[in-house]
Amino acid sequence: MTPPDSAGAGGRLDHSVILGLVPTGAKVLDIGCGGGELLRRLRAEKQARGQGLELSQKGVNDCVGAGLSVIQGDAERDLALYPDDSFDWAILSRTIQATQRPGLILREIRRIAPRAIVSFPNFGHWRVRLSLLVKGEMPTTSALPTAWHETDNIHLCTLRDMLALTAATGLLVDEAIALSAGRVQDRRRGHSGLPGALNWRAEELVLSLVRGGKTKEDI
Amino acid sequence: MQYIHSAGLSLEGGGTIAPVIIAFDMAGALNHERSNCVLVFHALTGDQYVGRANPATGRPPWWSRVVGPGRILDTTRFCVLCVNVLGGCMGSTGPSERDAAGRVYGAGFPVITIPDMVRAQMAVLDHLGIARVMLAIGGSMGGMLALQMAADFPDRAGAFALIATAARHSAQNIAFYELGRQAIMSDPDWRGGAYAEAGTFPRRGLALARMAAHITYLSDEALHRKFGRALQARDAVSYGFEADFEVESYLRHQGERFVDRFDANSYLYITRAMDYFDLAAAHHEVLANAFRGARARFCVFSFSSDWHYPPAESKALARALVAAGADVSYVETDTDKGHDAFLLEEPEFERALAGFVNRTAALAGIAAGISGGIPGGSGANDPA
Repeated sequence: MTPPDSAGAGGRLDHSVILGLVPTGAKVLDIGCGGGELLRRLRAEKQARGQGLELSQKGVNDCVGAGLSVIQGDAERDLALYPDDSFDWAILSRTIQATQRPGLILREIRRIAPRAIVSFPNFGHWRVRLSLLVKGEMPTTSALPTAWHETDNIHLCTLRDMLALTAATGLLVDEAIALSAGRVQDRRRGHSGLPGALNWRAEELVLSLVRGGKTKEDI
Repeated sequence: MQYIHSAGLSLEGGGTIAPVIIAFDMAGALNHERSNCVLVFHALTGDQYVGRANPATGRPPWWSRVVGPGRILDTTRFCVLCVNVLGGCMGSTGPSERDAAGRVYGAGFPVITIPDMVRAQMAVLDHLGIARVMLAIGGSMGGMLALQMAADFPDRAGAFALIATAARHSAQNIAFYELGRQAIMSDPDWRGGAYAEAGTFPRRGLALARMAAHITYLSDEALHRKFGRALQARDAVSYGFEADFEVESYLRHQGERFVDRFDANSYLYITRAMDYFDLAAAHHEVLANAFRGARARFCVFSFSSDWHYPPAESKALARALVAAGADVSYVETDTDKGHDAFLLEEPEFERALAGFVNRTAALAGIAAGISGGIPGGSGANDPA
């Protein structure tokens, strides 16, 4: 399955990439599903059986109004409710960097589903590094458009940071997809060899994760 | 319409009622596959006339905002079935009906439970040849009946909508209904429940019960918005115990209107059934156990200012459904209208309900309606 090269008219690019990773008919939990854009596309394009967890009641009500299955809840507290292996895939699209305890969330999704996808803005991108180096200010880029004092992103990280955390929570990268300038720039299979050039070149990353390795507690 | 279930029912609390007469009403036609039935469970003082006027009395339907042609529960698409609960007083076997020996049951009617009521309704589905309804839906006590159905007959509905309800009666719920029952039973006209033979009716007690309950159906904000401290047809307080305030006059009116349409003993029996309701207790104190293996879709609706069945109870229910691995949504509507909000104009609630109903219909293979289920109408004619 090859995802489209650019977002086009079909919505967010990371969503298009995620749609390319999820097999038809999968049972999917979208954590931080917002107004349900991804769940709608998963249903229409992949016949997925989707459910969502969303912090804002407004987002939840919009989702249910569109016929989606969504509950209001806080991922840090409420993921614990879901039974082991109750989904095929768990998805965090541009969510993890806005959570209080990313390590806890990754451990929970590993328990809930054998496969996971995490998309996040990459703080290791060269433009971010350069901006910080040259200007000495917190960078704003297309992937990080909001000023530091207004952003919901409280746990920004680089690809290198994320790989350390996924490995520590017992998740290995099956595929890493680098997004830049509104296009899929690169795709790499497997956990070894990362981060390499991707950490410099990706504005945003989509990581397809599988269970593997040992988990370290207390993260 | 009536169905006489001659086999009768064995009751949870012991004893049997045979035959059991069950009154119901249907609005909209059942399709050839019998796959478009929506079972609506009515609340404590509701009746089976959910989507069309009572043909005998002309009393308008109680949920006309939601049920009717072109509405969310579109009677041109769905067959909307509603059954008067066992113990009720609108044609189903209850304390105001006569037993096999021809005597009015009165206080001799056996104590019934929510599970008993649900089994009576399943007998109606059997009678109509409906193996599985598209959707089971109910608000308040109707939500309890839907929950009990989900626990006991999980495969008899494709989806369950649970509105302004709870999986058990709280101590506060029991306390308020006990107040109502004591008001009825302390009325000399109650006559130990045998008022039919005595030719009396505990009007004062039943009206008081209704007044107390009615307060719990409204929020402090809604009462304040509607009445404030406004005086009733006078310029100054009377320094007496007449209905000086509009809110007093309103409550008295609610009580008086109620006694003309509801049986006092039915009120005792049905509130008792609600008090006994505790779904977790019947499942080793773990609510999620009640729903294990459920394949239906669920949607739980609550209202922010409902202090009768508060949002926290609904949230706990939604969490239990998640823990059971069920497909569940939870919608909380921000409103100041209190428990009765589900009967009133609440666009946010209605939009979410329409989304859930239309998705349920699509999954059941029911063709889309012309209007897509637009809420409308003048609203409820009487609260829960």
